[in-house]
Amino acid sequence: MSDRYDCIIVGAGPAGIAAAYKLAGAGLSVLVFERGGFPGSKNMFGGILYSTILNRLIPEFWKEAPVERHVVRRRYSFLSKDSEAAFDLKFDAFNNPPYNHSFTVLRARFDKWFAKKAEEAGAVVVTEAVVDDFITEGERVQGVKVRMEGGTVYGDVVICAEGANSLLSEKIGMKKRPDPANMVLGVKEIISLPKGVIEDRFSLEDGEGAALEFFGEALGGEIGSGFIYTNRETLSVGIGCPISVLKEKGMKPYELIESFKRHPSVKNFLRGGKIEEYSARMIPEGGYDSLPALTRDGLLLTGDCAGLVNPSLYKEGTNLAMASGVFAADTVIEAKEKGDFSKATLDGYVKRLQESFVLKDLKRYRDVPATLHSVPGFFKEYPEGIMELLQGHFTVTEESKEDVHREIKRLFRDKVSIWRLVRDIYKLRRLIT
Amino acid sequence: MTEEFLKPLEEKTLAEKLFLLRFRVDGESHLILNKEVCWECDERVCLLICPSGVYRWDEGKKEVTVSYEGCLECGACRIACPQGAIDWKNPRGGFGVAYRFG
Repeated sequence: MSDRYDCIIVGAGPAGIAAAYKLAGAGLSVLVFERGGFPGSKNMFGGILYSTILNRLIPEFWKEAPVERHVVRRRYSFLSKDSEAAFDLKFDAFNNPPYNHSFTVLRARFDKWFAKKAEEAGAVVVTEAVVDDFITEGERVQGVKVRMEGGTVYGDVVICAEGANSLLSEKIGMKKRPDPANMVLGVKEIISLPKGVIEDRFSLEDGEGAALEFFGEALGGEIGSGFIYTNRETLSVGIGCPISVLKEKGMKPYELIESFKRHPSVKNFLRGGKIEEYSARMIPEGGYDSLPALTRDGLLLTGDCAGLVNPSLYKEGTNLAMASGVFAADTVIEAKEKGDFSKATLDGYVKRLQESFVLKDLKRYRDVPATLHSVPGFFKEYPEGIMELLQGHFTVTEESKEDVHREIKRLFRDKVSIWRLVRDIYKLRRLIT
Repeated sequence: MTEEFLKPLEEKTLAEKLFLLRFRVDGESHLILNKEVCWECDERVCLLICPSGVYRWDEGKKEVTVSYEGCLECGACRIACPQGAIDWKNPRGGFGVAYRFG
């Protein structure tokens, strides 16, 4: 390990490795520090990798990458205590390459593979190396301090890809300690089942995958969602809920995932399964209005520490992370040519983000986090009201249909104000459109 | 499908779930509480928020104990603590939790 590099990267997740891969490919000397024993060992996510950027970096990556299944089936469901209303989509077209750029993935395997690709391209990845500080001279970041002997390493520029628990970014003043309302806590279990059982149970062919999202009573009627994603021989099963909501409602995350798994509409998907792993992580879902400073002299923030997650129904994180890594790399290559690593030059990174889907989407969905917190009925009264309405409609009786409908409309209006419903639907349109 | 996959999902306690994980445990904690602040605190959000139950209330000592050995390194406690009283350092390189699936 020499003590000077063109670029130092903190964190071997999707953002850091995408940057490393691109920079090394352009012939720059790149050093990546990863605190885990191997890249991916500390990483977890819900389970779906959107892969448009990865496919640009490594065309047809799915032929060699450890992907689990490509997602052809999507199911969105609202739960009340004992009922469910679901919307189920399946597209055969997604069976053809590039598989709609949606793959279920297990991060301990995938990130390890991705980091190996960056190493093959010429990047140096050092594991078991914790970065505790940036080295600064005035405003300018000059390198990093690593918790190891002789752990002072200099670079022309540093790309920080430290993840959601953004200790370094906060320490150097790029952002404040995040607001609990903007941080979602995700808790997940890996549940193993034979391949054939998974395919039968989720109505899938070999290699096909399903992504099931659950709202409403999945989280006791609070903001957030539960999910089941199919891997090859396991299921990723979990919940995500804002830390502020867990605090206010006094809900323990490990109890919440248990009650989700026990719901009558969830438990049958899991039966016969064996729990293989339990994990947790934070997701920065504050969106556009809680973005940190993204650049300063000699430093760029990428991925989760930069808050680059689309908090709408699309729930896109890793693809944005990779995009930010690539844009950071492009900007560093440009800066290297100019020999200028000032904030003014590095702001080319922000411009690239703004001109791409990354910040365009974050901007489009900027109101989603606040809206979710302002329409609590969305997760409780509405699903319950609608479910009662439907249950009334489908209950077989000898009453005339006219009487039945009058009665259930009355019940629904007792529960839900129509004006508020219309207003809330208008507010919530940004969740999906 | 055979009967065995029609049985309910196996039940595991939190302790049993943590037992499934690989931890390389360091001699000292990467989570340090500001005892003076914690002493005054009556919210104790840390007890609630941690997905692996690292924080426990010791009724005898009247203080929060920290079983950092089972920390999943999500960082939620640091964000949730209203007083910002948790000094959260990354564990030593290669130490802490290591996921096999992730």
